[in-house]
Amino acid sequence: MAQLHDSGLTGHQVSHTEHHDHPDMEEMRTFGFWIYLMTDVIIFGTLFAVYIVLQGNTNGGPGPKDLFQMGGIIASTFILLTSSYTSGLAVLAMHKGNKKALLGWLGATVLLGATFIIMEINEFTHLVHEGATISTSAFLSAFFTLVGTHGLHVLLGLVWMIALMMQIAKRGITPVTKRKVNVISLFWHFLDVVWIFVFTIVYLMGVS
Amino acid sequence: MWERVKTFASEFFVTGDPLIYGADVSIVITILGIVIGLTYFNKWGWLWREWLTTVDHKKIGIMYILAAFIMLFRGGVDALLMRAQLAAPEMNLLPPDHYNQIFTTHGVIMILFMAMPFMFGLFNVMVPLQIGARDVAYPFLNALSFWLFFSGAMLFNLSFVIGGSPDAGWLAYPPYSGIMHNPGVGQDFYIWGIQISGIGSLMTGINFIVTILKMRAPGMKLMKMPMFPWSVLSSCIAIIFSFPILTATLALLFLDRYAGAHFFTLDGGGNPMMYINLIWMWGHPEVYIIVLPAFGIFSEIVSTFAKKKLFGYKSMVYAMMIISILSFLVWAHHFFTMGSGADVNAFFALTTMLIAIPTGVKVFNWLFTMFRGKITFETPMLWTMGFIPCFIVGGLTGVLLSVAPADFQFHNSYFLVAHFHQVIIGGVVFGYFAGLYYWWPKLFGFKLNERIGKWAFWFWNIGFYLCFMPQYALGLMGMTRRVVTYGWDKGWWEMNLVSTIGAGLMGIAFLFQVWQIVYSVKHLRKDETGDPWNGRTLEWSIPSPAPVYNFATLPHVTSQDEWWEEKQRRLQGHPAPAPVKIEPIHMPKNSGIPIVMSMFWFFTGFGFIFDWLWLAIPGLVGVAACMLVHSFNYDTDYYIPVEEIKRTESAIRGVTS
Repeated sequence: MAQLHDSGLTGHQVSHTEHHDHPDMEEMRTFGFWIYLMTDVIIFGTLFAVYIVLQGNTNGGPGPKDLFQMGGIIASTFILLTSSYTSGLAVLAMHKGNKKALLGWLGATVLLGATFIIMEINEFTHLVHEGATISTSAFLSAFFTLVGTHGLHVLLGLVWMIALMMQIAKRGITPVTKRKVNVISLFWHFLDVVWIFVFTIVYLMGVS
Repeated sequence: MWERVKTFASEFFVTGDPLIYGADVSIVITILGIVIGLTYFNKWGWLWREWLTTVDHKKIGIMYILAAFIMLFRGGVDALLMRAQLAAPEMNLLPPDHYNQIFTTHGVIMILFMAMPFMFGLFNVMVPLQIGARDVAYPFLNALSFWLFFSGAMLFNLSFVIGGSPDAGWLAYPPYSGIMHNPGVGQDFYIWGIQISGIGSLMTGINFIVTILKMRAPGMKLMKMPMFPWSVLSSCIAIIFSFPILTATLALLFLDRYAGAHFFTLDGGGNPMMYINLIWMWGHPEVYIIVLPAFGIFSEIVSTFAKKKLFGYKSMVYAMMIISILSFLVWAHHFFTMGSGADVNAFFALTTMLIAIPTGVKVFNWLFTMFRGKITFETPMLWTMGFIPCFIVGGLTGVLLSVAPADFQFHNSYFLVAHFHQVIIGGVVFGYFAGLYYWWPKLFGFKLNERIGKWAFWFWNIGFYLCFMPQYALGLMGMTRRVVTYGWDKGWWEMNLVSTIGAGLMGIAFLFQVWQIVYSVKHLRKDETGDPWNGRTLEWSIPSPAPVYNFATLPHVTSQDEWWEEKQRRLQGHPAPAPVKIEPIHMPKNSGIPIVMSMFWFFTGFGFIFDWLWLAIPGLVGVAACMLVHSFNYDTDYYIPVEEIKRTESAIRGVTS
């Protein structure tokens, strides 16, 4: 609780008594983010439920067994899992106060995440070329929506992470940037967990 | 060229109905009036600095309530048009397609653009004051929530004059709301209007959970918290678990309409019944979301005007939490007739009946609080007294509806219409009115006129019973909801006429309320005490209206009804606590980003509605840019220096303290 907010303190001599009455803003923001993640769990839960209900409704079109090429999917799964590991290393580097290593590991996470996204776009383009589009069948509508929503989250995470790297480069490791790194690493692990469910329910159970 | 413009305009604007031309003219006149007025009195800067960019929870709350009143007017006009159409058999006031649009917009506006903002307004103005906080947890997000609601509401209301209104009922069941049967833009207005404001609602839910859990004044344990924040907490828990389902469901419906997906279509393997399940998984918690805060308001008012501690505080808390959880386990009672089978229907019938138990606990708690109290009947208490019998009857007809076999008879009849209007008007609307009358002096520093308030109360109540009691009977006689007209041979005429007269009385009651506000402003009698009702909770311990920082020094709480106990201690001759040294107060800075970002959301929604990517894509880019600008901005707060606090305090409290 040494510093509430770096910019808020400039020019003010704030006594310590005040902090007794004032909740820690950065802690509170992290807590709020946890609640946001719970709401995102519900969104994905809804999409998973829809997928499970509709996965058999192929409307005479191709089903999971005809479409999924597991080699690429397994590769992109490992890439995403590794990015979760590097984002963990970034947090460790931050706690050691090593700004350079923090930026390096965040950069590695961004690269791995971007690779994942590119592979997903490739997969989707491939499917569309095969004639399996969102309007082919209820199964494919649910598939593209579920997997695409995950991909969209990863994409937003990438933009956010790059913006955060710029802020860290400029301002260093402060209570605010620290909280932001913690929050995005939470987000990143969350997307990883969601992907494990996508991988299991959509792909593994789809081709088995 | 001119021909093309003409063709475009005839499709873009809604044409052909004199009612709508009248609306066009009044909208243009109102906008011109506002623009000319602001320019003439040179108030643009004031509006921007004091209101449009504010992050002060009190001002945001006032804006919510003002918007809710305007929406109440719009939704009320819809209701009166419908009642006029049904006043006599074979009326031709509204053609069937227009009637469909009006019952759709009436439902959507009353629940999502009237009840929700009214509720959020009351959250905003009172929760921080009652828990002894200086603002909500995330003031910037709070402003963003309001402006997202505002954008969504404007988008939805625009459909009246541009493009055409949605007409598939307030929950837009497919397949009728799908592109095959409903190719116009009305349903897209529905999707985007609700989606944009729904994101705002979700963020408000998160905001108030964190505010209540993390920002209570020192010493205020959860079990010492006033009942209204408890009700807000239970409501917000339901919000964060149910609104994501709405977001996902509307997104899927949008993909069906926009991208040709097959989630809820009849072809391609889609499943329309899944939509009905999903939308009610949100829709049922939604009605508890809006009624729980009303329960909290009644609890505050009952103990204030009976001058007694609330009876059964703990059971009240448990009852609200149980309602919040049970509300997620009853959704299928909205479609017992869908054919889910006897076991599924039995489960949902039982869970529905179970909800009556905690609700009954609450009613008894209110009654026992009043028992042997020195009750006075000012308007807030009057509304509470009106609520209790009304809500009991509404609740009991709900129990009747929950009996699955009987529901095959009641389903989608006027019996149902009467039931849900009775719990929503009798519970939610009466509750919010009670709250508004109760807290009005805290918001503005003067009481509303009691005499006109009583007229409004009696007109509302008599009008209500005249309007809805006949509808129960009409339902049992076979009149189904959403019928545009009926024949002379049905024997429904007399009761429909009575119902219409009742609706008219409620319309007059609304006018009384507007007059009451205007009259009270004109004959302003300032309340100098800050505590006009002899209140019990912390909001009454500070001056009215509250200064921007709410509490110059944060209160230290030792008991429930802290302010009441404090007053008792002072009466018994204990000295007032020694003044704590005033410290600089940490406050959030105003920001223009919320309103600008919501404007971009509006463009995005409008672009997707008309399939204008040239508008939708810049809209999305603008939204992203706003987020980034906010993320890079580290200059978001400031300190109010001690001298300024002292100056403000001595100005509002007089020289005595």
